[in-house]
Amino acid sequence: MMNLLKGLLAWVDARFPLVSTWKAHLSEYYAPKNFNFWYFFGGLALLVLVIQILSGIFLTMNYKPDALFAFTSVEYIMRDVQWGWLLRYIHSTGASMFFIVIYLHMFRGLMYGSYRKPRELLWIIGMIIYLALMGEAFMGYLLPWGQMSFWGAQVIVNLFSSVPFVGPDLAIMIRGDFVVSDITLNRFFALHVVAIPLVLVLIIVAHLVALHEVGSNNPDGVEIKKHKHNNGVPMDGVAFFPYMVVKDGVAAVAFLMVFSAVVFFAPDMGGYFLEYNNFVPANPMKTPEHIAPVWYFTPYYAILRAVPPMFGSQFPGVVAMGVATVIFFALPWLDRGPVKSIRYRGPIYKTFLAAFVVSFVGLGYLGLMPATPTYTLISRILAVVYFAFFFLMPWYTKIDACKPEPDRVTSK
Amino acid sequence: MKAIKKVIVWAMLACMPLLANASGGDLHLDKAPLNLQDQASLQRGAKLFTSRCLACHSASVMRYNRLNDIGMSDEHIRTELELPEDVKVGSTMQAAMDANSAKMAYGVAPPDLSVIARSRSADWLYTYMRSFYADESRPSGWNNKVFPNVGMPFVLADLQGTQEAEKHEGHVGNLMLKDAGSMSAVEYDHTIADLTNYLVFMSEPAILIRHQIGWIVLGFLSVLLALMYALKKEIWKDIH
Repeated sequence: MMNLLKGLLAWVDARFPLVSTWKAHLSEYYAPKNFNFWYFFGGLALLVLVIQILSGIFLTMNYKPDALFAFTSVEYIMRDVQWGWLLRYIHSTGASMFFIVIYLHMFRGLMYGSYRKPRELLWIIGMIIYLALMGEAFMGYLLPWGQMSFWGAQVIVNLFSSVPFVGPDLAIMIRGDFVVSDITLNRFFALHVVAIPLVLVLIIVAHLVALHEVGSNNPDGVEIKKHKHNNGVPMDGVAFFPYMVVKDGVAAVAFLMVFSAVVFFAPDMGGYFLEYNNFVPANPMKTPEHIAPVWYFTPYYAILRAVPPMFGSQFPGVVAMGVATVIFFALPWLDRGPVKSIRYRGPIYKTFLAAFVVSFVGLGYLGLMPATPTYTLISRILAVVYFAFFFLMPWYTKIDACKPEPDRVTSK
Repeated sequence: MKAIKKVIVWAMLACMPLLANASGGDLHLDKAPLNLQDQASLQRGAKLFTSRCLACHSASVMRYNRLNDIGMSDEHIRTELELPEDVKVGSTMQAAMDANSAKMAYGVAPPDLSVIARSRSADWLYTYMRSFYADESRPSGWNNKVFPNVGMPFVLADLQGTQEAEKHEGHVGNLMLKDAGSMSAVEYDHTIADLTNYLVFMSEPAILIRHQIGWIVLGFLSVLLALMYALKKEIWKDIH
């Protein structure tokens, strides 16, 4: 029996790089042994992707992308499809969880300087994934065809019409109509279930390929490849299989417990994961009093509203929102610090990072609230803090009093 | 210990959005005394809903036989709710009045109530159904403190009686019962609690089983977590 299996493996290996791929990416791929809590979120993001694809396939089997039937078909899934309510809640919870996990994953990168040389491309590919994910979430949110789906899409697509000269035509091109309509719903459905998921999977593969080329950073921000045993194995590395697989496995189960707690006990999460107003069917004739995007877009939405219209155009706000999203791409070149990890950074960087977190969370909260004069003032201050973190980075990282990096990783 | 700390941090992060409250409005709403385990209450609510609300409103995604979930058999549904001969027990709940005539009569088409408890909240419904007052200036003769200038007339006036509002400079104050209905104030509150209870069930029938299944899933995952943790410990014991 054993010989037969060995023979089969040899047969396959002569035709497909099975053993070498296994070794290169799992059993002989070495990750730093000092990974902490923050290093779970990359793997968890992959887990959520799988959850979203699987639940999405079954939802697609029962959902109708038609302005007349979309809302009812979601209720049909909730009531008449066996376990349909579970599929729907898994998918809606997964959307919010995806962003929680990705935001924590990105914050990890900020803390430990994971975007620094030689990981600039890894970071950029990750940012492209983030943008694709925002598109995926935005288009998916239209599909239930409730009031918030409809008016949220209307507001966001209208942003494009503020672009000088081509704006109005651009907005019509995106919608395929003069208002968000059945045509828009159909194209968003196509993009949500086919186009963007394909792109996402491709760039996630690229993200992993880039990661395995340069190797992971770690909480100390030092390269484990500098110190190797004679056999070429990094002294501070552990093989991904089995060590990292079982470690991430523990995190995955703990994560699934949090995920299930939301799905079974608080699927609408107090109106944040499923907005109450989205249980009213879309009505193009009736604008809701208060339109708030889902929580994961609200930091940018708050920045958009914080910028006053100039020359009678909302365009400056749209530009600010766009810059706030893509500024992350420039991080590898904005950071001039002599060390990568926050453990060895000085007080200035730590203060700026803390202020950035406060501004991001604060803007996220304000983006959910109506734009009162007080809130708008606070949004403006926080938006300045948000941008200061990036634009002043070349200076404050340089003058900061950093501690010397250790030669090898520490086990704290 | 470290692992436990991780789990706590995790849970806190996941609950972060709960710290702020999304629902707006400065109006005081009474807390609806919900009890989804109380089948008798749900059945009383279903009966009131089908006999009164369905006259004008529909519940177009709710099938009559979904009431099986609250302990009513098909036969029970047919006789208790007095379904007309041509309505099948598997049909969805349609309004007796068609939407166009209702719009002519009340100025707006009565909304479908299938998921009303999810868009309005149970507390809102519980307070709304107890906040009608007589108002000569309205075409229907009725107004509502929670939903000013509502198009709907107060169809349960025979049960609650007629309330009047204390007016202070155009501001609607406390509601006082002027003419008693067939029910006492306590009985009426119980009746509306039953109705609200039913509307919550109707807006998401799976709510009756989702918590139970949730405990089973969490139980399974906690055992799995313990096993995974032990496996991790065993495999990592040679790493220092």
